[in-house]
Amino acid sequence: MSDKIETKKVKFKVFRFNADTDYLPKYEDYEMEVTSEEVMLDILNRIKFNHDGSFSYRRSCRHGICGACAMKVNGRSTLACKERMFDLIDLFGDELTIEPLSIKRAVKDLVIDKKDFWDKHNAVNPYVVADIDEEPESENIVSPEEAEQLLDADYCIQCGACHYACPVIEINEEFFGPAAFAAAYRFSADVRDSDDERLKTVNEMGQGVWDCVKCFECAEACPKDVNPIEKITKLHQMAFKEGIAENNVAVRHAVGFEKSMAKRGVLDEGGLVLYSEGLGIVKHIPVALKMFRKGKIPLPWNIPTSENMDEIQKLMKSSSTVKF
Amino acid sequence: MSKLRYALFTGCTAKQSTPEQYMSTMAVAKKLGIELVELVEASCCGASHLQDYDEFLSLVLNARNIAYAEKHGLTMVTICNTCQLNISMTKHKLDKDPELKAKVNEKLAEVGLEYKGTSQIIHFLYAIIDDIGLDKIREMVVRPLSQFNIAPFYGCHNIRPSELQNETHKTAESPYNPTSLDDLIIACGGESVDYEEKNKCCGFHVELQAPKTAAVLTGNAIAGAMDNNADMMVTPCPLCHLKLDTQAEHAGEAIGRELDMPVLHMQQMVGLALGCDPKELGLEHHVVDVNFV
Ligand code: SF4
Ligand code: SF4
Ligand code: FES
Repeated sequence: MSDKIETKKVKFKVFRFNADTDYLPKYEDYEMEVTSEEVMLDILNRIKFNHDGSFSYRRSCRHGICGACAMKVNGRSTLACKERMFDLIDLFGDELTIEPLSIKRAVKDLVIDKKDFWDKHNAVNPYVVADIDEEPESENIVSPEEAEQLLDADYCIQCGACHYACPVIEINEEFFGPAAFAAAYRFSADVRDSDDERLKTVNEMGQGVWDCVKCFECAEACPKDVNPIEKITKLHQMAFKEGIAENNVAVRHAVGFEKSMAKRGVLDEGGLVLYSEGLGIVKHIPVALKMFRKGKIPLPWNIPTSENMDEIQKLMKSSSTVKF
Repeated sequence: MSKLRYALFTGCTAKQSTPEQYMSTMAVAKKLGIELVELVEASCCGASHLQDYDEFLSLVLNARNIAYAEKHGLTMVTICNTCQLNISMTKHKLDKDPELKAKVNEKLAEVGLEYKGTSQIIHFLYAIIDDIGLDKIREMVVRPLSQFNIAPFYGCHNIRPSELQNETHKTAESPYNPTSLDDLIIACGGESVDYEEKNKCCGFHVELQAPKTAAVLTGNAIAGAMDNNADMMVTPCPLCHLKLDTQAEHAGEAIGRELDMPVLHMQQMVGLALGCDPKELGLEHHVVDVNFV
């Protein structure tokens, strides 16, 4: 095997910053031969051991299980101990920029302050809430089928890769973010759980699932294939199933699709905005006027309708599984 | 080469808020000798919002959409990233889960249809690259866009989730370093602009419920293109287009900057390079004037 080890030359730009002493971060350049056997963490170690002992980053298990070593390479979140160097070179070429998960939260080099991540995680009651019989007579068995309902949400290692890849986190400080939602799903989908606060908490506007832009960044970022956006979709569905979805603009926007499709098959775009917003429609008038002038808003009698509408209506009756 | 034929899923916006996208799709298809059979029976794809409300219903309706493409024996072409996501996601789910497929087909049987799983679903951008080829485009260009810096805006739902997307087309694409649209810009003779936001989100899906988030994302994208000397942006997604074009003023207010950036649909860019009449491309339907033509 050993004669098969290949090497490639890579230029690294490494983020350096000490919140105690520096006003601004700087990037240190290193050129290194990288072997096909190495992962990103090996490179971080080589920088620390061979070049600069003050270089700081978190790592513990080096087996992709503690979540400590999450960082970014060329803007892409990853676990340093899991990411093979040659895969990175295939993807980005031979210039790699090494940065913390969140530059804004950098404390020292790649070490960040993850307080917001933990606060949000804790806000969704990330544990099973249940009345426990203190002296049980039998085991509390969860069947394999019931465990499968968690959809692997329990694989999360709280590394924060998805959280700091989520664009909404940077704009809306209240937003819980993908990891907290994945945790919320993990416990709300657990048959033993009886918490009725959690689902309401994650359905509140501003902080909750309705503010997710559906960009799928979290699904790409997660090193454990937790697929947080899938769980976010499930949380939306649970809100309707459990009857806790509130009558607000976001919920009406979802329900409005069904209403509109039942009428025309295709969407009546203007009608959807009107149904979702109610009186709030007035704030859209200036843009709507501009659009109308450019022929972007058809008059009511010109809105298209799908052919074979009877089929669509029949299917909507027979296949609908939710009421609002 | 025999004539390329596809079943066209237009989606809702092409017939309402982005008529120029429908027009330019038709014009480009004609130039490229592609025959598009429009799926006039199709319903809305649900745009991920119906999926949030009633997943099973969304699967049945999208399976019906696909069933019509199958009836024609054609690959389905979509012209919207979000349509592409929701319809290919439906196919993915039904093809890997026979039990679910049977349940969906039980419903479709009520209207005499069946989902078989025989049609592929591919976004027009990738159909052009995979089936026509960039070389052919390069050959056919009569009006190279050589004086323009063009910023590609990929749109989330064509590049993520990558696993799903990469099963629909041959062009290998990484969401972290996508190249298809850059390559197409270059094939059309333009200069492709590299900027941080090119593979980021425009915020469209929370426009109503989280207007600030939506506006900042759009603003950042346009500002990123401007700061890297783009003369225009180009996108394969009509929803991104709606954000970048019709909401630019709001977006500018949200990030405290004046934004001015013409935005083309991918089809319009290709159409211009191939020598289509600008009128056929519907350029007058933009809110931000396309004044360089
Ligand atoms: S899909 Fe939603 S939660 Fe995931 S990264 Fe995007 S906005 Fe954040
Ligand atoms: S969901 Fe994945 S990326 Fe997010 S914290 Fe958990 S393991 Fe990390
Ligand atoms: S060191 Fe534990 S996950 Fe990488």
